[in-house]
Amino acid sequence: MTAHLPILIVVLPLAGAALVALAGLRFARIARGLSLGILAAATAGSAAALMQAIRGGPLQYFLGGWAPPWGIEYVVDPLAGGIATLVAAFGLAAGVYAGPFVRNLRPRDAGVFHAVYLLLVAGLLGITLTGDLFNLYVFLEISSLAAYGLLALGGGRSVLASFRYLLLGTAAGSLYLLGVGCLYAVTGTLNMADVAARLPGQFSSPAVTMAIVLIVVGLALKMALFPLHGWLPDVYTYAPAPVTAFVAGVMTKVSAYALLRVLFFVVGLGGVTPDILRVLGWMGAAAALAGSVMALAQTDVRRILAYSSVGQMGYIVLGFAIGTPLALTGALLHVLNHAVMKSCLFLSAGTVLYRTGASQLQGYQGIARRMPLSLAAFAIAAASIVGLPPTGGFFSKWYLLTAAFDAGRWPFAVVLVVSSLLSAVYMFRVIERAYLGSAPEPAPGTSPPGEAPAGMLAPMVTLAAAVLLLGVFNDQVVSNVIAFALPPAAGR
Amino acid sequence: MLTPPERLPAAILVSLAAAVLIAFSRRQPNVREAWTFLAAAIKLGLVASLVPAVAAGQAVESAPLTLLPGIDLHFRADAFGLLFALVASTLWLITSVFSVGYMRAGSYAHQTGYFAWFAVCLSATIGIAFAANLVTFFIFYEILTLATYPLVIHFRTEEAVRAGRQYLAYTLIAGQCLLLAIAAVHVIAPGEGFQPGGFLAGRASAPVLTVLFVLFIIGVGVKAGIMPLHGWLPAAMVAPTPVSALLHAVAVVKAGAFGCVRVVGFVFGVDTLHGLGADVGLAIVASITIVAASVRALGEGHLKRRLAYSTIGQLSYIVLGAALGSAAALAGAMFHIAAHGAMKITMFFCAGAIYAKTHLEQIEDLGGIGRRMPVTMGAFAVCALGLAGTPLLAGFISKWNIGLGAYQADRPVFIAVLLVSGLLNFAYFTPIVRAAFLGGNGDTRVDEARPALTVPLALTALAAIVLGIYPDAGLGLYHLAWEAARSIVSPDSRGVL
Amino acid sequence: MPAELAAHAHYWLTATLLLIGLYAMLSAPNLIRKLMGMNVLMTAVIVFFITLAAKTGASPPVLPHHHAEATAADYANPLPHTLMLTAIVVGVAMTGVALALIIRIQKRFGTLDERELLRMLRE
Repeated sequence: MTAHLPILIVVLPLAGAALVALAGLRFARIARGLSLGILAAATAGSAAALMQAIRGGPLQYFLGGWAPPWGIEYVVDPLAGGIATLVAAFGLAAGVYAGPFVRNLRPRDAGVFHAVYLLLVAGLLGITLTGDLFNLYVFLEISSLAAYGLLALGGGRSVLASFRYLLLGTAAGSLYLLGVGCLYAVTGTLNMADVAARLPGQFSSPAVTMAIVLIVVGLALKMALFPLHGWLPDVYTYAPAPVTAFVAGVMTKVSAYALLRVLFFVVGLGGVTPDILRVLGWMGAAAALAGSVMALAQTDVRRILAYSSVGQMGYIVLGFAIGTPLALTGALLHVLNHAVMKSCLFLSAGTVLYRTGASQLQGYQGIARRMPLSLAAFAIAAASIVGLPPTGGFFSKWYLLTAAFDAGRWPFAVVLVVSSLLSAVYMFRVIERAYLGSAPEPAPGTSPPGEAPAGMLAPMVTLAAAVLLLGVFNDQVVSNVIAFALPPAAGR
Repeated sequence: MLTPPERLPAAILVSLAAAVLIAFSRRQPNVREAWTFLAAAIKLGLVASLVPAVAAGQAVESAPLTLLPGIDLHFRADAFGLLFALVASTLWLITSVFSVGYMRAGSYAHQTGYFAWFAVCLSATIGIAFAANLVTFFIFYEILTLATYPLVIHFRTEEAVRAGRQYLAYTLIAGQCLLLAIAAVHVIAPGEGFQPGGFLAGRASAPVLTVLFVLFIIGVGVKAGIMPLHGWLPAAMVAPTPVSALLHAVAVVKAGAFGCVRVVGFVFGVDTLHGLGADVGLAIVASITIVAASVRALGEGHLKRRLAYSTIGQLSYIVLGAALGSAAALAGAMFHIAAHGAMKITMFFCAGAIYAKTHLEQIEDLGGIGRRMPVTMGAFAVCALGLAGTPLLAGFISKWNIGLGAYQADRPVFIAVLLVSGLLNFAYFTPIVRAAFLGGNGDTRVDEARPALTVPLALTALAAIVLGIYPDAGLGLYHLAWEAARSIVSPDSRGVL
Repeated sequence: MPAELAAHAHYWLTATLLLIGLYAMLSAPNLIRKLMGMNVLMTAVIVFFITLAAKTGASPPVLPHHHAEATAADYANPLPHTLMLTAIVVGVAMTGVALALIIRIQKRFGTLDERELLRMLRE
């Protein structure tokens, strides 16, 4: 069983999508139950694979029995296992949260929603577990395609936002593919491990440089790294809440993982990589500052959260750019922490939207009295974004700060701190209004909004608790998981 | 029974548990208040039980959790930390009585939130007191920042909300400066916790250490009211008086001053700072604050705001004592945490009692109030004398020691600062006392505030007198201060502490 | 010089198509034109891969029935072709979804001009 785990984790949601689509034609409830069950199985499978990878070394699976480098292989090392578990778990949480949203769709569409959602999760899992560069492209496009569809379900404006994302995302994917082509031309193989073995010695070739640059640019756009972030704010603002929560929490992180995989595991730290990392460092710093500054100017809470994500991605890229084990630990911990806290924030904003229809700041006046749990979760996650102890965000920030000082890159530390203060401002704005504003009187004949339904509350509260637990117990996560996930060649 | 090491986290957790219970007792005010008293009593008991061991030179430590590689959540009750913890716990118990009386007299809203957040603040304060390394200190320092915010904005007026925003702006910026400094320290001196005499000697170049010191002082200086970082403190007087009393005269501002002494004595070390020339810089900044705040207090017509400026000036006595760096100066500074705490809290209690009874806030309206509320104003007068440094009161003990320390450190000029400040203290308090007893109309009917308000202020005033006559009374605070001071100045002779 | 150009003609072709596609995507106001630009961009990548597979004097990679010895140099590289089959499918799927979205946009907003649409989006 364990031997087949790498492929099952991906195939189950993939095949399940087809099943769910069929089942959904007749039985909407079964479709939902089936999809949640598959996601739960994927989570369990990923966690099991992760444990196995930590204990016994990476799991390898050859598709069709064809051995690499001719065949496509799937590899679960601790890094891949960790990210896969993250993706599947969040898929499950967002799937549960999507219940009320799905109920508002036509019964026929419910099955399709779940099917496409499973495709999205399958695509992301495929990116994470594959050991083949072209296979990564295929899953990249599968997940993106599913995402374009799901993100367009939020009404008129989300369709336009999704279309623009489609154009840019496909261009990015094509750039990535072009880069892979160049690598193939130079090394003659698509298998990641094989490329890693053949690349040293070729670094002076301009083709290799171009290949790496193309791949990095393509993935950077998918990650919404400043200044390639233009598609993100509209998409996150207008998409339906459960989809945004999942996409914001996980999708950009998987692209970041792909970048980490290519730069640190495949290409390695020789050749042109240090220069690329230097540029990435500036872009990360710019993202951290620009994202926070732009968030200040927004009045729609979801748009504030979207720009905040741009800023937080900058933190992760800063960690990559510094490149030391300490920095990468911080970056990976922040991948986990940001997934948790940003999803929590979007889930909270989603419940407020669901109950009150409000997403502008003035709609949040005094809402905390009516929806105390939602706003408490928001406040906790917001504190984590700012990086206040004892939330998780503080600890990943700590790693990044000490890594910056340790590597002599103290301007990065200052950037992080300034960005934190800016985050405090825009988060505080929302919280102050929610807790201190006077709630408007409900329209005559209606009752004031109450707390969200249990199906929406449960994932949100769990995530808020996770924010605190991941903070206090972050050492457990770091020493038991992340320490194993670090690239072997890291450190200068 | 808990072993001494277990009592450290227990002392912190007891009020956190109380906060949760308070939140659930919304509908039963008496039960709710009971939780506060119970927690305060238990906390004081736990903290006080550590005195014999620590006074004898034993270390009580507890490291329940690993936070980061090489950094634990580490608690230690050393002499200095225990002194702060004792002051905070004792005054919390007394303030709780006052709080109940004050809040019920005014029938204010949001009382459950008030008592709950108050309990969290005290948790954080004890955490700060017992923190054995910078990261633990920082965690509780920031928690204190966050937990005091709901108390500052309690009345939810425009002014209160604005004051709250200002408070957060100052303290969060300071917090980030502190974080930068702490992260840098952990890179240049990994794995070190607070050490008497400091541990940064020779770890980095002089410019780097100076920059770090400045960042540290900004970080702790906002809470400690060092000018020009003091702006939030007078504005925060919009909070209910018990909040101003305990938090802004004792817990929050003393946490800043406590942090300042920790940085000077337990992170950098007196000699290192002397080598950088930073001790003189800090002493000058402190002196400017002392004098400027006192002058500013003269012009302030609102009673609580005058007390706020007085606090700013008095806190810098502690900073000055730390900057001077000799044993007596440090001992005086540390004892001042207790002395000023007792005296200033009395005065805030008086302000609160007066407000509860008469709704008067401006000094010019207080004519004749002394005849109407003799116990209240009597306590006020005693503490005013004490803050100015009158002998036989607590303030004299700390001031004398700091002055002696200035002489020992070959910087007698700072004695002048203390003298000038004493005169200014007289200048801005005497008019209040005189008008209270001699002014106003001839109404001599004695009409004190309710006992819940009057008894606490009498108790703390009494404490100020007792500590002035016999500083080691009760909990042995003076002894603890000297223990800690000696450990900083000659670390090798002290062993673990 | 012309010989060099001829030797690198396929790279020039790829680059030109790439830039045409990118330019169309970024500057054309009509959404369908943008979509066409995206397709041109994807075609550029496909062209690049296919040209990678070519070898001088090679025949299509089909082994004759009675093959004694098959040397790789005689046959064009089949791998890029298979990869590009996948890429073409991806492109078709993308175009399909994009057209579906365009139909929706047309129904909802009544226009496919990006400038007008952005104005409507912002208000």
